[in-house]
Amino acid sequence: MARREAPEINAGSMADIAFLLLIFFLVTTTMDVDGGLTRKLPPPIEDEMEDPPEVKQRNVFQVLVNSNNDLLVEGDVMLVSNLREAAKEFIIGDPTFQDEAMPEGKLTEVPILGQMMVSKQIVSLQNDRGTSYEMYIKVQNELVAAYNEVRDEYAQRQFGKTMKQLEKEAEVSKTAELQEDAVKDVYPQRISEAEPKNIGDQ
Amino acid sequence: MSKFRKKKSGGQPAISTASLPDIVFMLLFFFMVTTVMREVTLKVKVVTPKATEINKLERKSLVSYIYIGEPIKALQGQFGTADRIQLNDAFATKRDIIPYVEAERENTNPAEVPMMTFSLKVDKESEMGIVTDVKQELRQANALKINYSTGKTDKIVD
Repeated sequence: MARREAPEINAGSMADIAFLLLIFFLVTTTMDVDGGLTRKLPPPIEDEMEDPPEVKQRNVFQVLVNSNNDLLVEGDVMLVSNLREAAKEFIIGDPTFQDEAMPEGKLTEVPILGQMMVSKQIVSLQNDRGTSYEMYIKVQNELVAAYNEVRDEYAQRQFGKTMKQLEKEAEVSKTAELQEDAVKDVYPQRISEAEPKNIGDQ
Repeated sequence: MSKFRKKKSGGQPAISTASLPDIVFMLLFFFMVTTVMREVTLKVKVVTPKATEINKLERKSLVSYIYIGEPIKALQGQFGTADRIQLNDAFATKRDIIPYVEAERENTNPAEVPMMTFSLKVDKESEMGIVTDVKQELRQANALKINYSTGKTDKIVD
């Protein structure tokens, strides 16, 4: 018995339809990778909170930005391009913790490395209400970069790996995770933003 | 002699275009999967600044956006040129931030609320005053994980 073959549907316009859709998605797609500087805000202040503990001047790296976008670092005017080096120098500090101008050390328990002296460094950032957002991001970026570079150098010296490598390996290896934590404990990222001063509330 | 001599019928056979739809479909699916439809229409001008130390935002469903900038040209007649906050599709004031955070939390799986991130998309020409206000409101609402949306660059210039 010969079966009657069904007539084939012409698929010639398939490509046209697909092209049409393709062009639509090509036009509407936005390839922006959403990224930025991730920060953690301090928890809200409660009214009955006791005075914050005094922090010694030598432990604080003071960064001020005024409404003209001028940068004042530890009392000296500075360009943004020099901020990273200055911050790095401060974060690393003096390895013996004897230098009066550099931050003090504090005996801390660090994973893998055991008890060691860790710098009590804090970076304090204060800006004016009139500071431009672009300048603020530049300063934030340089401070984060300073921490990242210091950590990278330390991780390279101690474990022979960059922080990125450690981070990647931490997903599968417990040692890498501990190593990553150790580096973060030796150079904790402390960027403190001053409580904004409200002059003339609107 | 003529360059445009008619080819003999016994020349090269035509290349089959039967696989063309397949190729196009492949591209189509790629773009369909990667495309992100913009869910809000921007009423403020936002050109984010550039930075080098970028963390990628993962889990798009856990990210909520707050836009700050001056109103776009078409709306400047009505709203002026002072920096404004935009939440969802409308202009807002800083007092609307806390309800917005609450609403976003309602829409999220309770187990994932601590992982929620608020991404601040702020125009680079904005002043810090309004940004600081927003940050203070977010602190009050206990939304502490934030992200300053920035573009990527290799070097910061003065």
